[in-house]
Amino acid sequence: MKEFADLLDRLAYTPSRNDKLRLLAGYFASTPDPDRGWALAALTDGLFFRLPLRRILTELIEPRVDPVLFGLSRDYVGDTAETIALLWPGSEEGAEPPRLDDVVEALRLGAATEVPALLSHWLDRLDTTGRWALLKLITGALRVGVSARLAKTALAQWSGTPLAEIEEVWHGLRPPYLALFSWLSGQGKRPEAGKRPLFRPLMLSHQIEDKDLAAIEPKDFAAEWKWDGIRVQASNQSGEPRLFSRTGDDISGSFPDVVEGLPQGVVLDGELLVMRVSEVAPFNDLQQRLNRKSVTPAMLKSFPAHIRLYDMLFEGADDLRPLPFVDRRARLEAWHDAARPPRTDVSPLLQFGSIAELERLWAGARETGIEGLMLKRRTSPYLAGRPKGHWYKWKRAPLTLDAVLIYAQRGSGKRSSYYSDYTFGAWRDGESGEPELVPVGKSYFGFTDEELKQLDAFVRNHTVDSFGPVRQVEPKLVFEVAFDSVHRSSRHKSGVAMRFPRIHRIRWDKPAEEADRLETLIRMIAE
Amino acid sequence: MKSDRFESWLGVDARGLYCRPGGFHIDPHGASPRAVITHAHSDHARPGHDHVLATVETLALMTARLGTSASVGSQGLAYGEAITIGEVTVTLAPAGHVLGSAQVVIEWKGRRAVISGDYKRASDPTTPDFELVPCDLFVTEATFALPVFTHGDAGGEVAKLLRSLRQFPERAHVVGVYGLGKCQRLIALLRAAGYHEPIYLHGALATCCEVYESFGVRLGALKAATGASRDEMKGAIVLAPPSAIPDRWSRRLPDALTGFASGWMRVRARARQRGVELPLVISDHADWNELTRTIDETGAGEIWVTHGREDALLHHIQSTGRRGRALALIGREDEDQ
Repeated sequence: MKEFADLLDRLAYTPSRNDKLRLLAGYFASTPDPDRGWALAALTDGLFFRLPLRRILTELIEPRVDPVLFGLSRDYVGDTAETIALLWPGSEEGAEPPRLDDVVEALRLGAATEVPALLSHWLDRLDTTGRWALLKLITGALRVGVSARLAKTALAQWSGTPLAEIEEVWHGLRPPYLALFSWLSGQGKRPEAGKRPLFRPLMLSHQIEDKDLAAIEPKDFAAEWKWDGIRVQASNQSGEPRLFSRTGDDISGSFPDVVEGLPQGVVLDGELLVMRVSEVAPFNDLQQRLNRKSVTPAMLKSFPAHIRLYDMLFEGADDLRPLPFVDRRARLEAWHDAARPPRTDVSPLLQFGSIAELERLWAGARETGIEGLMLKRRTSPYLAGRPKGHWYKWKRAPLTLDAVLIYAQRGSGKRSSYYSDYTFGAWRDGESGEPELVPVGKSYFGFTDEELKQLDAFVRNHTVDSFGPVRQVEPKLVFEVAFDSVHRSSRHKSGVAMRFPRIHRIRWDKPAEEADRLETLIRMIAE
Repeated sequence: MKSDRFESWLGVDARGLYCRPGGFHIDPHGASPRAVITHAHSDHARPGHDHVLATVETLALMTARLGTSASVGSQGLAYGEAITIGEVTVTLAPAGHVLGSAQVVIEWKGRRAVISGDYKRASDPTTPDFELVPCDLFVTEATFALPVFTHGDAGGEVAKLLRSLRQFPERAHVVGVYGLGKCQRLIALLRAAGYHEPIYLHGALATCCEVYESFGVRLGALKAATGASRDEMKGAIVLAPPSAIPDRWSRRLPDALTGFASGWMRVRARARQRGVELPLVISDHADWNELTRTIDETGAGEIWVTHGREDALLHHIQSTGRRGRALALIGREDEDQ
């Protein structure tokens, strides 16, 4: 438990992705089974204890700590579980702390009524960090900035095994992952996939450059729209239908409507969308359905999900991945015609004789939900990862807005001495009739290191007020902000939220009063 | 006991805590004709007094930090040595906070008041341990007066720093430290843990280290971070005032990993607020258990609480049947050390 607690503690404070990978790899290398497997499960959301933790904690702390002192402490710390970890009355001298394995097994097997006694027994034997980690583990939300993908990447780095291979076996494995660690540490064989639903790593594309575009022979490439949803893999090889995200996370639970109709025997690649009467809804609608552990009937009705299919990886026992793209497409279309699965359709191919023709087609496209174009080499097999020269994405030019820098905040890690997170605003008429800036977005990238230095100096020289790590600056500097779309949002003062805003250009030359108005941004909302 | 007994000879005026029969202030925040100073931190030791009484270590630190003018009319007093000022007898007892830190013991008409200044009970290789002085009135600090603050073993935090150096050997580990006390204690703890590499210092930290060395506290090899090459600071420990870390100063360091040694680091939100990657819970103030234990052990029936989170401590004092009172002293900072 101590190693796990120290790992979580370090991860929680470490902003850099590479440093997190090192901490994780170091932990996997030095921690024995089965503890490291349970830790991996906790980090990849594979452990979920359904316990009424809040009630249990109240029960435990009430007889131990004066309620006035607890209240004052809780107000200061801001988090109940952390407060309890901090003021739990000391660990027993010399008492052996529990192993992670003991904790997980007891929680999995133990009756809910035994949990309070177990928990207090463990809390008595752990130090502060250990108590904090134990309570985190039980809540199921570690919040240490590690995604399942990052944890798997650390496994790949530590073992020298390609990430795609780990992802391929991942969904056939269960905590505490003994077979996986045995394989990765070079002792055992690669785990058999068996009959479990498996995730097959996706094939990804490159952003097309002008030189690529010039080299494209229209006869060698198929073109189709790039739909504005999330890339998914729909898989049902053994009667257990599953929906996986691009990174291999199982998101079936959030999308029962598309999962339940998935016929047996296929692995498909497509775009998950919200669709109403064959009309693609804005990305914002899809967002309502993401990251939910359960969905209500009302959600299913208001935001109906749909998969627009791009590709087929397996049909029955046939692995289609070595086949050329056009052959896989033909198999996909034939299968879809025959099976007619609900809530799916096939993304149409676009006929074109030249790049100019394709551009015209694109310019004339009136359909919503199109994010860009895909160009796929007709002969390419389905290759895991992002191979060069096979698939290209050609995105629509982003929207832009000239906005004024209002607040700057210091970054973290390597950027902790720089004001690198910027909040910018657009003009509107204030209550007094005077123009005022209302914040419309925040971004911390899109500029070079050299520009960052200049921006940092600007912030330091134009500060008018500061609140903790945030500085308010004179409204003088204009950013040309690029973003993919803009939506209505009741959570923002401006009433709108940008999707994926980045600093496209710093307009040192442009006077702030000539920056855009909020109305301009509102007109760009994708209805 | 008459409840107004102590108020008749100890009180708060515009310059701070004042002893009427002795005619002096303790740690006044404004210039006073006669001041007794508990320790050299800037919110306790201000310049401009006509006469200062303190330990010789405190006087030396004040001179180093405030300039020579601070020593005009000053008088050094060793721990345990008694002196009569006006109608009262004053002695200084070790407070265990920083080098030279003292509790001020005042006796008048058979009653004894102890003004602790800042103190801690944990041992510290750079300063003598806190000495318990039984008394009738105890004036305590309350910087960390919440039960969530228990500082634990500083050695364990030093081990955490050394472990991180092994994990990230190419990164400079820059640790934010208060320049007087925390800086030297951390160095001494590192040396005690067997770390004998040169330790790099921000320029603002050098002066106090020299004073410590002059009183026989061995700190080992120290180097100036300013002017050192990026290469030599890879994998080195660099100490700097907390304010220098988010500042442009830290850009000279190779891929800095930022730590902060402070009792506040026990609370995650405080560490995150500062963007700290390696929080080290090392404090020169008494934690909750030390505060409550000390109050209990002095046997004082009356406790006055100075700066800090007095609500929780007053609640505790009252619930143990003592008389507690919050002293509203202005000019005390939310101390970082």
